Amino acid sequence: MNSRTWAPYWFVLPFILSFLIFFAYPLFRAGMMSFQQVLPGDVQFVGLEHYSKLWNADFQAALWNSTRYTFWTLLLLVPVPMMLAVFLNSSRMMARNLFRSALFIPALTSVVVAGVVFRLIFGELDGALMNSILNVFGIPRQQWLYSSSLAMVALVVLAGWRWMGINMLYFLSALQSIPKDLYEAADIDGAGVMRKFTSITVPMLKPITIYVITITLYGGYSMFTESYMLWAGKPSPQNIGLTMVGYIYQQGFQYFNLGFGAAIGITLLVITLLISMLQLTVLGMFRKED
Amino acid sequence: MGTRKNKINAASLLLLVLFAGLAVLMLFPLYALMLASLKPAAELFRYGLNVRWDWALMSLDNYKTIFAGSGAAGHYFTWYKNSLVITAMFTVLSLLFSSMVGYGLGVYRFRGQNLIFTFVLVVMMIPMEIIILPLYELTIKLKLINTVWGVILPFVVAPLPIFFFRQFAQGLPKDFMDAGRIDGCTESGIFFRIMVPLMAPAFGAIAILQAMNSWNNFLWPLIVLRTTEQFTLPIGLASFVSPLGNHYEELISGAVLAIVPILILFLFFQRYFISGLTVGGVKG
Repeated sequence: MNSRTWAPYWFVLPFILSFLIFFAYPLFRAGMMSFQQVLPGDVQFVGLEHYSKLWNADFQAALWNSTRYTFWTLLLLVPVPMMLAVFLNSSRMMARNLFRSALFIPALTSVVVAGVVFRLIFGELDGALMNSILNVFGIPRQQWLYSSSLAMVALVVLAGWRWMGINMLYFLSALQSIPKDLYEAADIDGAGVMRKFTSITVPMLKPITIYVITITLYGGYSMFTESYMLWAGKPSPQNIGLTMVGYIYQQGFQYFNLGFGAAIGITLLVITLLISMLQLTVLGMFRKED
Repeated sequence: MGTRKNKINAASLLLLVLFAGLAVLMLFPLYALMLASLKPAAELFRYGLNVRWDWALMSLDNYKTIFAGSGAAGHYFTWYKNSLVITAMFTVLSLLFSSMVGYGLGVYRFRGQNLIFTFVLVVMMIPMEIIILPLYELTIKLKLINTVWGVILPFVVAPLPIFFFRQFAQGLPKDFMDAGRIDGCTESGIFFRIMVPLMAPAFGAIAILQAMNSWNNFLWPLIVLRTTEQFTLPIGLASFVSPLGNHYEELISGAVLAIVPILILFLFFQRYFISGLTVGGVKG
């Protein structure tokens, strides 16, 4: 046995095992479960029953909330961190390292802690932080976590606070690998700041931008903890905070309706795959690089 | 020339002010949390979270409640210990496995390589939350429910660290491998003795990333851990606000203390973190 032939297989073995046991099998099982009524010791084939019941008010609320949340986080968490990273990468910027740390520190906190803080900030009392700021401008206090659009504001602000630093760091790391001579050549050609940004920085950042969009999409549709913490583990009024994963959790672990929960999971899989493909096609990931 | 220089200074001064404002805004919620942890919970119910400095009201009582460990706070330091144990085990195993796999994919050419790498990308693109129900079922079958291994095993071989180590390993000098082989070193000897030390920056960055992920992980431990004694810190904290009643004294001081280890880790290794990510180049 030639060790050099077999060595790579030993090295990748942990991934193969983990992939088969904790990914491929559960995914296959999720597909199977979605056609079954799963009760302890009693599994029945029910065909498409779960899927036919899927299009109900709760599902619609979950899909609408997750989609809206994903849309707003994409709008907030891709361009803004990119601009911040560009500024924080510039040698003219003062106190760069201090600002990098300050903007990244929220990303260190758990979503549980972030949820606690923002639940209190968006409290319904007059003296709660958000409401006392509104008071300064003469706007009456709001019941933030009782209306659909205000609750979405709270969720998106929380997301912006928690994830800004991480996305900024991805852009920063990509910026630092752009060769300096590109900018020097542009300087010689007399290109201005904006021209350098649009003709060098943005195209060179394309791969990382695609990556950041992908993880933001992924994070948007798999959001659960933020909503769970804002409503303290209780169902939100009129399901204004119900998300797709929240719906899976509710069906699977609160109602023990595993089959139906699996059907939601498979539907979510299809949705995220379609959106990822669409995104990658639009951004030209599949186009041949020249 | 002089005016141009002045213009630049004005612009960077404006930037400085803008960034200072943004930094204050970003750190403000943590400041508010810390301030709230020094006030009695009754104050929160009467006025909501506010930022008034009221010396007469402020004390360390909430922290005393946590350290006294009576009532709701009874298990706080057990959770803390559980989180430390799980984070340490998860980070070490994750570093071992993902460096192995990333190295294997990065430096060798072998049959099935592209397929395996495609699977890594697929796992990276699909939210794991989709399969939590069958994963839960599997964890029961494997008798791992309510155990440390049940929390760790399903996610310890993660795609992002593998991807990162692969990128890093591709840039390693191959001459060292050949030199090692000539000296009669085995393939695993080459990896552990020669390549691992060369990958130190990658280990630094991924260690922080995975420790953060594990320390803050919520959904999966919430599902796997059934008894209060087994909870990790985030699950325990979340249990302070529940349909059964709220314990804000414990929640707020507990939340502040929960940030401490990860903040220390970051402040010590932040240079390493950013430069490690850069060297590895998450290039998408």
